[in-house]
Amino acid sequence: MSHSSQDLTGLGGPIRPEQAILSVSGLSFSYDGPAQAVLHDLSLEIPAGAVTAILGPNGSGKTTLLRLLLGVLRPATGAIELAGRPQQGYSRRERSQLMGLVPQDEHIPFDFSVLEYVLLGRAPYLSPLQMPGEADRRVALAALEMVGLDRLQDRNLPSLSGGERQLATLARALAQQPQVLLLDEPAAHLDLSNQGRLLALLRKLAAQGKSLVLTTHDPNLAASVASFVVLMREGRVLTSGLPEATLTAENLSATYDTPVQVLRVDGRRVILLS
Amino acid sequence: MTAAPDRKSQFQGAGQAGAQRLRQANHRSPPGGWAGARAALRRHPFLLLGLVFLLVLGASLFVGRYPEPGWLSPTTLVEDEVARRLVLNLRLPRVLSACLLGMTLAAAGSVLQMIFRNPLVEPGFLGVSQGAAFGAAVSIIYLSSAPLVREGMATVCACLGLALSYLLARHARYGGWILRLVLSGIAVSALFSAGVGVLKYLADPLSELPDIVFWMLGGLWGVTWADLLYLLPTVVAGMVVLYLMRWRLNLLSLDDDTGFSLGAAPGRERALVLVAAVTATAAVVSVAGIVGWIGLLIPHVARRFTGADAQRALPASMLLGGTFGLICDDLARTLLAGEIPLGILASLFGAVLFMVMMLSQNIRVER
Repeated sequence: MSHSSQDLTGLGGPIRPEQAILSVSGLSFSYDGPAQAVLHDLSLEIPAGAVTAILGPNGSGKTTLLRLLLGVLRPATGAIELAGRPQQGYSRRERSQLMGLVPQDEHIPFDFSVLEYVLLGRAPYLSPLQMPGEADRRVALAALEMVGLDRLQDRNLPSLSGGERQLATLARALAQQPQVLLLDEPAAHLDLSNQGRLLALLRKLAAQGKSLVLTTHDPNLAASVASFVVLMREGRVLTSGLPEATLTAENLSATYDTPVQVLRVDGRRVILLS
Repeated sequence: MTAAPDRKSQFQGAGQAGAQRLRQANHRSPPGGWAGARAALRRHPFLLLGLVFLLVLGASLFVGRYPEPGWLSPTTLVEDEVARRLVLNLRLPRVLSACLLGMTLAAAGSVLQMIFRNPLVEPGFLGVSQGAAFGAAVSIIYLSSAPLVREGMATVCACLGLALSYLLARHARYGGWILRLVLSGIAVSALFSAGVGVLKYLADPLSELPDIVFWMLGGLWGVTWADLLYLLPTVVAGMVVLYLMRWRLNLLSLDDDTGFSLGAAPGRERALVLVAAVTATAAVVSVAGIVGWIGLLIPHVARRFTGADAQRALPASMLLGGTFGLICDDLARTLLAGEIPLGILASLFGAVLFMVMMLSQNIRVER
């Protein structure tokens, strides 16, 4: 197809891998006053051009951290740097061209067609009164082709399966041509084959130089896709680093407060309750 | 069986481009009859909606009860001085008001449904309709029943209703922003409707009460050029803002986090759109009284023609709303010697249309 050559890398090419795309220092946050802090004095470096998994049990503050990274929440203390610049220094437009979000289970009350929905990803490149044009359409189609939904472009969103909808959401974020993609529990509602599709796609995007940050409560998902892992528990980072160093029985047992064993099958890590 | 190779060679002879064109021609040739009309409708909904709107708008000038109930022929218009004056001074402003009324309510309904992410919202729900009713009742009992005073009071109280709902929602300590606004709207509407109840109880049952009741049934009788001019600035300003932001409305119908990630400022942009839609509604309601169903129903009908994308659904809503307003008002002033309140007709047709919609299949299959 002709639009497969469409450039989806966006602003100024990939960012060098040795650079941290997001760095967080001394971050704390609470929804209802400092007594009930959700995140405590959290510091973290997220590498560029890699898949980073933020792993932890339910309620450990993963989604809150993701929303802080996105900038929709403001930290109580601490600072976040995006691509070497303070996050607050970005305009809405610059930030949205650089970073996209794939929320968990997005609720859409109206029956947009798949293409109409993916075209919304072009908003960062349009002024508030502008409509998407032919070039935007091409980018949206390329994004749909990348996730393998180009055949479904005219279907209504509610008529898609859960897995297809999640891929459509990813395509919407890809149409943004972002350098950084934040994904909240991206595989939570997917069956095995759709998980496989999604994970292959995430690896491909990282190989193209994009930085992906996903939250998950599933250590096996982290083990199968992430090249950098952050373990979180009760609003604190327990440890972060390469999977070999972080995904150990000892660390995971401490993270989930339950005995866990790590097996090796064909050179890959499999995490089980022991 | 022999025809197949022939046709194949024909395609080969025509070459790639020719075959492509032939296939397209085949694809596009209308199946004819009703199915053809429906296919054409799906491809060009605005052609049909615009055409019907213009036809109804034109015809509305000739529908009425002068010189006889029914139809005023264009030749009479040329010959009869009275007919000409009637059409220019009475019928034209009324027809234009009916058209603005339908457009505004439908557009505001469409927009509010999107920004509240709830397909059951209608434009008067944030205390606007009941606020306007309260204002009109106060004016009828205590001030003067001169139209402009009544309209002014209705507008002021409609805006007061909106402001109260908004303030209450801001300070409420319960639920998310949308839920708070909806609950505040319900509470403020109930407050004003209690106020209307008190005023009705106090009103002179022979002179004032019928005025209040009739106003609340909704209608455009006695609309003059002055009323239309009163409406026009607010309504046109509101509609222009909504029309220009129509694609952006889609973003505002997504989760706040998603909207934010796409570079929108969901809170601020929703507030802007809300004020534009609701002030236009307040202006219309202050002149026409409470006309229900248009704002709730027409946006759904429009989405059946165009799909959910507000870039197309909003203009379609405006055209359909205008047409619906015109038809209802034409019937309101033509069917009986006396006036039938517009609100009653709108509810009647609205309810019937709603039932038809619930029973019919979705006409939007492909685009």
